[in-house]
Amino acid sequence: MSAPAAPGRLRPPAFPANWPARLAWAGLVIYTIYATSVLDVTLARFIAGLGNAGHFLSRMFPPNMAPDKLALIYTGMVESLQIAVLATFAGVLLSLPLGLAAARNLAPVAVYGPARAFIAICRSFHPVIVAILFVKAVGFGALAGVLALIVATMGFVAKLFAEVVEEMNPKQVEAVRATAAPFLNVLIMAVFPQVMARFVGLTVYQFDSNLRNSTMVGIVGGGGIGAPLFTAYQRFDYDVVLTILIIIVALIMLCELVSGRVRRIFQ
Amino acid sequence: MNALSPVTQAAKPPRVWHRFTPAERIGRSMVYVLSAIAVVWSLRTIEVIPEFLYDAPEQTADLFRRMWPFDWAFYPEQVHDALIETFHIATLGTLLALVLALPLAFLAARNFTRNPALNWLAQFIFVSSRSVNSLIWALLFVAIFGPGALAGVMSIAFRSIGFIGKLFSEALEEAQKGPVEALTATGAPRAMILVKGYWPQVEPAFWSVALLRWDINIRESAVLGLVGAGGIGVALDASLNNLYWDQVGLILAVIFSVVVVTEIVTSWLRARLI
Amino acid sequence: MTHAASAATPAEGSAGLLAIRHLRKEYRAGQPVLKDISLDIEGRGVTAIIGPSGTGKSTLIRCINRLVDPTSGEIWFEGRDLARLRGDALRLARRRIGMVFQEYNLVERLSVIENVLSGRLGYVPAWRAFLRRFPADDVARAFDLIDAVGLGEDFATRRADQLSGGQRQRVGIARAIMQSPGLILADEPTSSLDPKTSVEIMELMAQISRERSIPIVINIHNVELARRYAQRIIGMSRGEVVYDGSPDGLGDSHLKEIYGGEDWL
Repeated sequence: MSAPAAPGRLRPPAFPANWPARLAWAGLVIYTIYATSVLDVTLARFIAGLGNAGHFLSRMFPPNMAPDKLALIYTGMVESLQIAVLATFAGVLLSLPLGLAAARNLAPVAVYGPARAFIAICRSFHPVIVAILFVKAVGFGALAGVLALIVATMGFVAKLFAEVVEEMNPKQVEAVRATAAPFLNVLIMAVFPQVMARFVGLTVYQFDSNLRNSTMVGIVGGGGIGAPLFTAYQRFDYDVVLTILIIIVALIMLCELVSGRVRRIFQ
Repeated sequence: MNALSPVTQAAKPPRVWHRFTPAERIGRSMVYVLSAIAVVWSLRTIEVIPEFLYDAPEQTADLFRRMWPFDWAFYPEQVHDALIETFHIATLGTLLALVLALPLAFLAARNFTRNPALNWLAQFIFVSSRSVNSLIWALLFVAIFGPGALAGVMSIAFRSIGFIGKLFSEALEEAQKGPVEALTATGAPRAMILVKGYWPQVEPAFWSVALLRWDINIRESAVLGLVGAGGIGVALDASLNNLYWDQVGLILAVIFSVVVVTEIVTSWLRARLI
Repeated sequence: MTHAASAATPAEGSAGLLAIRHLRKEYRAGQPVLKDISLDIEGRGVTAIIGPSGTGKSTLIRCINRLVDPTSGEIWFEGRDLARLRGDALRLARRRIGMVFQEYNLVERLSVIENVLSGRLGYVPAWRAFLRRFPADDVARAFDLIDAVGLGEDFATRRADQLSGGQRQRVGIARAIMQSPGLILADEPTSSLDPKTSVEIMELMAQISRERSIPIVINIHNVELARRYAQRIIGMSRGEVVYDGSPDGLGDSHLKEIYGGEDWL
């Protein structure tokens, strides 16, 4: 490229072919074909499945509204909600100091290194897997679910909170530091005002997410609606499954509505 | 210190200052009180068996003792193939979700599709997709397609449509009008406006969302096997049921390493692509 | 480079509030930004530090309240060597030094009065700051200061990000006075403002220095403003003091030495 342009040289085309991009696209297509064949995902199975789907759906409708089932579902659903509330509360409380400790601009290396590593471990396992371990440690029941979701909350809220803190304006902090404010007062009057709105946003988002997952930890014995759901599924009581699904989706949508409100109050 | 004359201070009553207006205070107090009630209510009704709790440290120690040393021989037997399957499920599921979510996102973006009914329909699909956990999607698809990777791919895809579609349609709505209007003014056909007006602006966002979801899906696909939807979760489920904790430990370690590698790869790709 | 105006340094033993001795700062080893600075600041009036950008003015000011740690030297203020203080002792000494910033550096999401009350953060315990239960005296003084810097009560509850540059700088000045400081440092307080507002802000600072007997040290690159409002001018070039004396004594030859060249004169 360093050679001077010869007089007769052609100009480069206005839209040069982007060979790396083309190769990447081709690779993606080849991978898709390969992976589909490896996984034995065939059109025949897919079409056969569509037949099953009709059968499946017909067994689902109408949803089962028997009072004894509804009572069972109510108990499970309330427990799921409680798991989500407790896990969010405790998890967020722990995430606040953890997130500050994991922020490069506030904490010394000796603090933020371990904090980051701890957060990374919290993040790497799906809540259901963490629930398996807690069921073994503290026994079947809601407590295992709560503990599993606390871990998930720390993995998400503390990580993103640390990033928010790292993005804040350092000049505002410097100015408050210059007033001779001790560290805690700097946090309260210079750091928190900049990051609290985002923290509340993360919290309500995580509550929604915890609610979704609290319906799942029951599959491995972590309490909540998951156990009745899985039992009904294994007994082919698909009409009960549908009732539970409708209630879960309704509750989650309701919570998203409420959390939108909360976010507006704290912005 | 205080240079103001005492006269002015005496003439005026001391001024008070409140951080929030009364309305703001009521709103905040309500959130605090309701949250406190929710926590107390949850704490009172949730069942904690004290015996189990006292036992917890011992049980945890026991858990790790049983896990170590790992059953390394189990890796070539079952874990390796299951791991590859998990990877394929996550990747194919993400690709399928991208293909399905892309047109829906254009339908949902109010600046591209000026039809409220279509916007609403696409939004509704996104919300339904997101409200159902991928494990629940897996239950449904296992019932339809039978146990195996196909159900896994479908559940990953269906859970991801809402996530990708929502974030991508938001990126579309934030796209600048300038280039789009310029193209519209030249009388370009609608497909052309899409490819040359919108796509260049939102392509980085598209790949960023795709990578983010792929990263999440690697984690999610590891548990789908617990309900029979293929992947490493099937092996995990079997080992758990048999209480072979040395195998469980191995599988968890493998999942952990894959997740770490995925994070490294996605952050590398993100830095290069975006 | 010689200390051209070393004769103009005030005699030892005068009302020296701040005494800087052999101050040196290197961000990178072997490349000093400040080379052996020695200065005495008296307990009254406005002192302006002038000089081209990148000459260490800002570093000098920040060394005084230790936002930047000096490499070596002494900074005597109210009987203590700030350069040697650490932890709580440094914090307590810093309470007596207010600072005004070029970009105001208000906490944007807080109200005007909260920003002014920030000046008391070295005095109030954390629970008070957290609940915003500042002592009634502090709140009354904050209101008075908001009046005194020319903003008025209506501004008290406005959020800082809704203010214009000049209004923000007034809040920044009120915050500094709120500390009850024995010295105010101002780092290019007018550089982000338009000419008219710059004059107003300088006027305000000169008035405060006069009425409340607070000495102010101002970094400023605008020579005209410095001449108009300062009783003493310190000219810096390449990390050294090259002029120190009254505004009247500052001639073109000095400016040439400070800024180099003469095309701009």
